[in-house]
Amino acid sequence: MTLTATFEASARPPARSVPRGLVFVLPAVLLLLAIYIVPIIVLAGFSITDYRLGAMNWDFVGARNFTAAFADPVFIRALANTALYAAIVIPAGVFIALGIALLVYGRKSSRAFWETAYFLPVTATLVAMATVWQFLLHPSLGPVNTAITWAGFDPVSFLGNPALLIPTMALIGVWQVLGFNMVLFLAGLTAIPRDLHEAARIDGAKSPIDRFLTVTWPMLGPTTMFVVVTTSISAFKVFETVAVLTKGRSGSETLLYALYLEGFEYSNTGYAAALTLIFLAIVLILSIGQTLRMDRKVHY
Amino acid sequence: MLRFLPHVVLAIGAAIMLLPFYWMALTSIRSPAEIFDISLWPIPETFSGGQNYAQAANTVPMARFMLNGVIVCSGILIVQVLTAVPAAYALAKLQFPGRRLLMALVIAALCVPMQALALPLFVGLAKANLLNTYFAQMAPFFLSVFAIFLFRQSFRSYPDEIIEAARMDGFTEMEICWRLVLRGSLPSLAAFSVFSVVAHWNDLYWPLIVVSDMAIAPPPLGMLFFSDVETGANYGALMAGAAMITAPMIVCFLLARRSFIAGITMTGVK
Repeated sequence: MTLTATFEASARPPARSVPRGLVFVLPAVLLLLAIYIVPIIVLAGFSITDYRLGAMNWDFVGARNFTAAFADPVFIRALANTALYAAIVIPAGVFIALGIALLVYGRKSSRAFWETAYFLPVTATLVAMATVWQFLLHPSLGPVNTAITWAGFDPVSFLGNPALLIPTMALIGVWQVLGFNMVLFLAGLTAIPRDLHEAARIDGAKSPIDRFLTVTWPMLGPTTMFVVVTTSISAFKVFETVAVLTKGRSGSETLLYALYLEGFEYSNTGYAAALTLIFLAIVLILSIGQTLRMDRKVHY
Repeated sequence: MLRFLPHVVLAIGAAIMLLPFYWMALTSIRSPAEIFDISLWPIPETFSGGQNYAQAANTVPMARFMLNGVIVCSGILIVQVLTAVPAAYALAKLQFPGRRLLMALVIAALCVPMQALALPLFVGLAKANLLNTYFAQMAPFFLSVFAIFLFRQSFRSYPDEIIEAARMDGFTEMEICWRLVLRGSLPSLAAFSVFSVVAHWNDLYWPLIVVSDMAIAPPPLGMLFFSDVETGANYGALMAGAAMITAPMIVCFLLARRSFIAGITMTGVK
């Protein structure tokens, strides 16, 4: 853009916005470069070296970090743990939230109250609430085990038995995500035209269950898809509960926790970069469909 | 009878959802001697709230953590709004070369979680000797691609005729952006502010990486530190600390419930 062109352009309002637009996006573009684009390139570079933060020299190792990752029992265990965590949190977090949303949607006067009650865990600081859960689930001091023994069962050592660590953290994950998903489902339910239910009733869908299956469930398709995607992404990012409750003891590390240890505690920068790329690939695969949908919405 | 069934089911569910909050509040005012008391009765035999909260505030600099949280969250939010609003306005209403490319980059960046960028950003900040600063805690979040996307969608519906008329009246493009178009999207701004503050008040991952100096630690990192120090020793004080850290967000949520829920909903369904 030459100077004369700028002067000419300033005479006509629509064209004046040509340089203006660039000025307006400049800070965002610079930050996009500094926070996203350059770091991703650097990350990719790290992943093919044996660089350790603070080390004087380093070598290219090609894909060795990646092959090492899939031969690393800790990383494989972290992947398996995260998959187990997701396998509990996704179905429970989605379907229980749908149930709550359907119940809350039918309430008229008390709807705000239920919304508030179920949404509260979403806003609470998870680090603090995980500490509370630790106490609630305490084998002898916690009310949960008191209820279990009162019902005639043996107390459960939720955070003592290694096999129960991941399921216990998944339970807390479900507790945190329910309100979020409920709100998304409520928005989806509000978008379904009332007439459709009427039409289904006239067409013979007598019971509420029939009407749910013929109208509500199909109409909620896009919402459900979105909820599944966001829930699975947040499940693969589980970190706080591990950091507070187990710190990865008894083989309970998750993907992000293993990555955190390698990259920031042990300073294995190159290896951690490879793990980060694997993590990023998982998140991108999970979000690709959603992104294409968003992209369509932008260009239509 | 069947009419009340939804209420009963919802009430049982809500009781489970709220149990941790109730237990936290209750334990925070109980004396250490009552810790073995598993009853849910709300009135403790001896009220030890003052003692527990004082101990939480004195063992670790709890007030300092809260202040740090306020500094970091407001710093992040201010820069996010200052950079995202003009960019969103340009993407929604102005023509410039590279507009489509920028929009595509914004959408691509929406998929990249912060945790994937943490390693190179950490190395960069370490090389620049900026670890353990407020700047390090805030810098990765100065650009919110979510804010750009959200504001752009919202600004698009602002009538072009008003923008044209304002230009005729001699408004600068900056004035149009901040004083007219943004004013038409205040609900989006409120929802985004809530979303941003909640996310950063509650974030542990990044502070854990760049902060080791307790004097500038935000609340979650302070809480983690406190619970590591206090393990099993004094649950009353521990719960008092947890209550202090969660209270600001819970109070904000109860006051601005609509903006909160709008902020969450806007992340996708719209």
